[in-house]
Amino acid sequence: MNPYAIRTHNLSKEYNGENILKKLNLQLERGRIHAIIGPSGVGKSVLLRLLNLLEEPTSGEIYFDGRALRENERLKLQRRMTLVFQKPVLFNTSVYENVAYGLRVRGENRRSIAEKVKKALEVVGLKDYEHKGARNLSGGEKQRVAIARAMVLAPEILFLDEPTSDLDPRNVAIIEELVKYINREFKTTIVLATHNMFQARRLAHQASFLFEGRIIESGNAREIFTSPKDRRILRFIEGKIIF
Amino acid sequence: MDYILAGLKEAFRLLFTLDRGTYTIIFLSLRISGTAVLLASCLGIPLGALVGLHKFPGRGVITTILNTCFALPTVVVGLFIYLFLSHRGPLGMLGLLYTPSAMITAQTILATPIIGALSLVAVKGVDPSITKSAISLGATKVQTTLTVLREARVAILAALIAGFGRVITEIGAAMIVGGNIKGTTRVMSTAIALETGKGKFEIALALGIILLAIAFLINAGLYYLQRVKE
Repeated sequence: MNPYAIRTHNLSKEYNGENILKKLNLQLERGRIHAIIGPSGVGKSVLLRLLNLLEEPTSGEIYFDGRALRENERLKLQRRMTLVFQKPVLFNTSVYENVAYGLRVRGENRRSIAEKVKKALEVVGLKDYEHKGARNLSGGEKQRVAIARAMVLAPEILFLDEPTSDLDPRNVAIIEELVKYINREFKTTIVLATHNMFQARRLAHQASFLFEGRIIESGNAREIFTSPKDRRILRFIEGKIIF
Repeated sequence: MDYILAGLKEAFRLLFTLDRGTYTIIFLSLRISGTAVLLASCLGIPLGALVGLHKFPGRGVITTILNTCFALPTVVVGLFIYLFLSHRGPLGMLGLLYTPSAMITAQTILATPIIGALSLVAVKGVDPSITKSAISLGATKVQTTLTVLREARVAILAALIAGFGRVITEIGAAMIVGGNIKGTTRVMSTAIALETGKGKFEIALALGIILLAIAFLINAGLYYLQRVKE
């Protein structure tokens, strides 16, 4: 089995002639939590959307299990991974229907869906929320529903785009525990985009520092946080502005 | 003033005594316009979703045509249907002129652009993240489109109501292709015009009250659904 769940080669993305991502070469190890760190607006979300096949790169390749994407396998591949957005995007229906969505589109039977949804809601601490309207929940609860909706699919790769950026400390702690639980229990490869160094330090096994559209350092998370080779990372860790 | 009050009194009598002639007109109107809206929604909603959610050459042209047809004059539609269905027209052999089918055809043509254009606005109003979220959760293109339509359901319901309101009250096409034949193609709008012309205001007022009541019930239903959504 290929040790890398995802590998990119010279991955680039332009918007209106502006280079957002410039020839990124990433290697994301299977079963690990990989943090993509960098200041806001640096292209972390764009990178996650490219890896989740929601957008097309301007140039470069993405390899899944060492193989380049084949167009006729797009849906199959897409169903092996999912993305939790920074602002939880929930459908205007019940919590149950939201969590069941991915299973329904895969054609799972009703009984199996009911069992999986119930278990997922228990894990995220929303056991009695099945019939509540998803849009009426608090920000933290919404994000937990979004995570349950992703978790219920048992994806091989889970992308998390700043999942705690708008949350209070209690919900941040809950979500971080969930991220660790998903990685530990299901061996899910997790790619976490965050500007929060402390969060990355708490969760990640590997880290890549994205700055001005380029990866300026990538590798073991502990090494990057304790002895970064690039001075810009050190300044970022120290809380100094690096724009 | 007396004749208005007498007309109103007679109108309520016709309604509460379940006058057969009056109710034949009411049910025929609902059947024709209901069928037309059903057919128009089968055409208009997918068209609106296609144009609203997908980029393809000619998208702008279709949007402009839909918006132009929004205010399609009913008599013009009636005239074209008449020309096609008259015995000298290309579809004259079908013998559809002065039948409910001809009226349904005309009303479908009138309602489709309204439902299509408003459905387009409805799906465009849905947060684009919903589409990305559905795809990320493994939905196919068709499943994603259905998800967006579901998110826009209240606005699409409003589109159906607007289409229904347009066709049940129109008179030009109904008169030209239906012929206002008693018991066959006489609907509320054509009957109101006819009875008013004859100076018989009772039936005209009774039908007018029914039209208003239908409009009220539909809007009350929409308001309730919007409240539920909130």
